[in-house]
Amino acid sequence: MNLALVTSRDTDQAVRVASPLAVRGMTVSYGQTPAIFSVDMTVRAGAMTAVVGPNGAGKSTLLKAALGVIAPLAGSVTVFGQPMAAMRDRIAYVPQRTSVDWDFPVRVIDVVMMGMYRKLGLLGRVRGQHKALAQDCLDRVGMADFAHRQIGQLSGGQQQRVFLARALAQEADIYVLDEPFAGVDAATEKAIIAVLQGLRDAGKTVLAVHHDLATVPDYFDDVVLLNTQVVAAGPVAEAFTEANLQAAYGGRLTTARVDPESVAG
Amino acid sequence: MGAEFVALSLPPILIGVLVAVACALPGNFLLLRGQALIGDAISHVVLPGIVVAFLLTGLVATGPMLLGAAGAAVIAVVAIEAVRRLGKIEAGAAMGVIFTAMFAGGVLLLEQSDTSSVHLDVEHALYGNLESLIWLDATGWGSLLDPVALAGLPVELPRMALALLVIAVFVGLFWRPLALSTFDEGFARGLGIRTAPLGLALVIMSAIAAVAAFDAVGSIIVIAMFICPPAAARMMTNRLGHQVAWSVVFAVLAAVSGYVLAGYGPLWIGAQASVSAAGMIATVSGIILGLAAVAGPHRTRNG
Repeated sequence: MNLALVTSRDTDQAVRVASPLAVRGMTVSYGQTPAIFSVDMTVRAGAMTAVVGPNGAGKSTLLKAALGVIAPLAGSVTVFGQPMAAMRDRIAYVPQRTSVDWDFPVRVIDVVMMGMYRKLGLLGRVRGQHKALAQDCLDRVGMADFAHRQIGQLSGGQQQRVFLARALAQEADIYVLDEPFAGVDAATEKAIIAVLQGLRDAGKTVLAVHHDLATVPDYFDDVVLLNTQVVAAGPVAEAFTEANLQAAYGGRLTTARVDPESVAG
Repeated sequence: MGAEFVALSLPPILIGVLVAVACALPGNFLLLRGQALIGDAISHVVLPGIVVAFLLTGLVATGPMLLGAAGAAVIAVVAIEAVRRLGKIEAGAAMGVIFTAMFAGGVLLLEQSDTSSVHLDVEHALYGNLESLIWLDATGWGSLLDPVALAGLPVELPRMALALLVIAVFVGLFWRPLALSTFDEGFARGLGIRTAPLGLALVIMSAIAAVAAFDAVGSIIVIAMFICPPAAARMMTNRLGHQVAWSVVFAVLAAVSGYVLAGYGPLWIGAQASVSAAGMIATVSGIILGLAAVAGPHRTRNG
């Protein structure tokens, strides 16, 4: 029995070392009931993974707990087998757009520069190379002409692109996005997915909370179906099935936007 | 404008300027975090701290009073955080509960204890006594270079200068994480910035400003300077660095012109006595805020 335990632990260690983001036993509670309960998630390197589930399923909570943005009751996170604290430079995070005050007195370029905080440190001088990188990141999301605008003057889609540019400026290996397509225009959605697919093609890993079931098979390689606990996880072709979706949404699927044609199985 | 100015007006003006800037600097971040009331809270809760310090020591001395005020500020900050987190209510409500309760407790303590024989009253806590901070050793501008005369400066001046230095160094050193965590706390935490200790440090800096200032100028100026210059500055620019610079300009302007107006303004309009400098400085800062709200270039939201 001991032997079996050791073996399974060693196997999991190997799995964790290969995974850009491995979550084990993650439990978070905001009050009496848990928001997520004992969640295991192993993100595949070089893939685009969607976290999908009904409202209140704990999707954002899972991302925040995985990144240490909120403190979990229990659970552990590893990045390529290492503790998160030692691997922060390799992770970029795009929070929900609605989580910040867009009247804050900063310009677009200042927001993108925030992505270089770990490179610049407390007092490191902003040099030409940093400014060039920030401008390049804006260019990649099609916002190069907006560098000196105040952020409050942007539309929702433009704000989301600026957040993505800030994540690009982190020059990370893993990109974690919370509802990147929520409330954005079609052009922005196309621009963002193109950037994310470009990252994936360059060997980076993308993990995003996604609310539009119809586009999951088009946009993503893997899927995690979440409803407080993990209902199913794996490649879209295997995990994104009618049965699993019904289990995750618990009969509420009719209210979710789903295109039957796009559901595998 | 010679010896008399240096002896009677220069020290209070300088102290007023130091207080104004020391409060306005952290006030910028408190305002953007929706915590502007914390300055109000801290400057009220120092009252029970002073009274308790007096009851314990029987002295109206600066040292014990500062300790008492600082202790009360720390208790208030911890209590506000506790109410906010345990009660899961917004910060403003938690502050309102704690600072009114502690201030009321201070007033009761003051009334019940035998403090009638000493100069310790609610008016003093509110308005301070800026005009009394004079420099009797000064004989003219030359006294600024005379070590013997400088030793006779009101103790509030070096104390306030030290407080401002500490606050300015803190804001300068932690500018980036402060700006980041104020704008986007989730992202800041994702970068590994420890936002909770940083936020607490900002509140402690505000407490240093409030506690160092209350004895000299009372809580009215402190409350006004935490809010009015940063709020006016916000309407002048859409960049954080520029906002902080504007707030310093407004704070200095309010302190200097408020002092001069309080001292000479009534005479200009034919009245005999001057008015409270602390009250006038706070009023001028409010007028600046009003002007910025009417004519500031960035006074509307989203654009």
